[in-house]
Amino acid sequence: MTPPDAQMTVGPIAEETAQFWATCGNGQLTLRWCTACDRPHHYPRTLCPFCLGETEWRNASGYGEIYAFSIQRRVPEEFAVGYVKLDEGVMMLTRLVGAPFDEMRIGQRVQVLFVPSTDGLRVPVFQPA
Amino acid sequence: MNHAYIAGVFEHPLRLAPHASVAQLHAEVAKGALADAGLSLGDVDGYFCAGDAPGLGPLSIADYIGIRPTHVDTTETGGSSYLVHVAHAAQAIAAGKCTVALVTMAGKPRSEKSNASTPRAWNAGAPDAPFELTYGTNSANLYAMCAARHMHEFGTTSEQLAWIKVAASEHAQHNPNAMLRQPVTVSDVLASPMVADPLHRLDCCVVSDGGGALVVTTRAVASALRRPLIRVIGTGEAISGQNGGHIDLTRTAAAISGPRAFQEAGVKPRDIKYASIYDSFTITVLLQLEDLGFCAKGEGGAFVADGKLISGVGSLAVNTDGGGLCNNHPANRGGITKAIEAVRQLRGEAHPRVQVPGCDLALAQGTGGYLGTRHGSATVIFERES
Repeated sequence: MTPPDAQMTVGPIAEETAQFWATCGNGQLTLRWCTACDRPHHYPRTLCPFCLGETEWRNASGYGEIYAFSIQRRVPEEFAVGYVKLDEGVMMLTRLVGAPFDEMRIGQRVQVLFVPSTDGLRVPVFQPA
Repeated sequence: MNHAYIAGVFEHPLRLAPHASVAQLHAEVAKGALADAGLSLGDVDGYFCAGDAPGLGPLSIADYIGIRPTHVDTTETGGSSYLVHVAHAAQAIAAGKCTVALVTMAGKPRSEKSNASTPRAWNAGAPDAPFELTYGTNSANLYAMCAARHMHEFGTTSEQLAWIKVAASEHAQHNPNAMLRQPVTVSDVLASPMVADPLHRLDCCVVSDGGGALVVTTRAVASALRRPLIRVIGTGEAISGQNGGHIDLTRTAAAISGPRAFQEAGVKPRDIKYASIYDSFTITVLLQLEDLGFCAKGEGGAFVADGKLISGVGSLAVNTDGGGLCNNHPANRGGITKAIEAVRQLRGEAHPRVQVPGCDLALAQGTGGYLGTRHGSATVIFERES
């Protein structure tokens, strides 16, 4: 059976990333891309961490594969935290949901979905594609 | 370059100190290290502390201890800070900025019930926080992901990781101050409750109160102290993070700090007689051993298995005080105890059952922060001058 999703709280967010959370609210994952070196990065920054160039928001495909994950035990509601390598080539820390823990595998194809946080945002997490 | 020497070391004997203030623990370890060196408060002209120091860091704690340093350094790289401090103290001494540098660290997470699966504290200013803490990251599951990835790429097993804990426990039984003195087996580790897959409870270090201190000084001062001359011959430091979304969970910044320290020291990993390797978790040891060049990347599992890290048994004695896994991890920061046990080994003052015969070259390796997101690494190589 698929375990319930342990609740998440985003906490204070900076103005430079407000757009990320706003688009998540509309069901769209975005990445920050550099307009100088044309590379995406994550987590989002105003200046590119590869060249300090200016950056802009672009929609991400929302697909990727599991790079690594761990199941947190000894808590009231167990959960899976993981890194997903997005098809755009960048790694994103996230949660893995929608499958029993023992069916999750490194290398598995996953797709984004958005779940409500306790503080009124929608948080990108990943489930089997 | 004028080399620096470790003249005094002290590890607080307590592992539970509910009634001591953190400032008091800083002063107690300072007293211990100065007494070990044969120096007094008035000799100290350099002071080093990190994020565990309460108040305004050196302003608060130097004032509390009663020192008036003319050189201070508060480099904060988590648990690796204190090995960075050794490096920076050596540099300050070489530059003539101070002659007797004191490094202190202390904390009481055990009394305060803070552990590896406690959610990391909110820090509204951390740019990464909403993108990480939101998902429930903590020390245990972040290091667990490193272990999971290493297992995936290289076939490393939980049994191999367990041997790191077994070696620590074999050493800790001889340390009267160690928090966990009972030797354990691979089966014990595997039978302990899972904390964050694939790390079991016994893959995790202890949570302890206490602290430690070091005195770093010039050759002239050290020579007058009638203590063995323990020289700092090579240091390296590095930090690593997610690199904009390109993290490699199987490679630590020890791959950068290590070679820099070895190059400065003019020695190779195979020359090292004893190694203190930061052991917040078993996987931490395995990754650093690989990155320091004690074995090739991916071969750490075989390198640590079957007791190979046990003094007198294996090929490389590691953490003969019992390490963070069994002895002590004060303030959830293990860097200073790594230097302390290396100095004990070089002086021939380790417990006779774990003392490496003829130990004249030792390494202390520290990691701070979280290998799963961003971390600091510091490598220090010490030589006993004959």
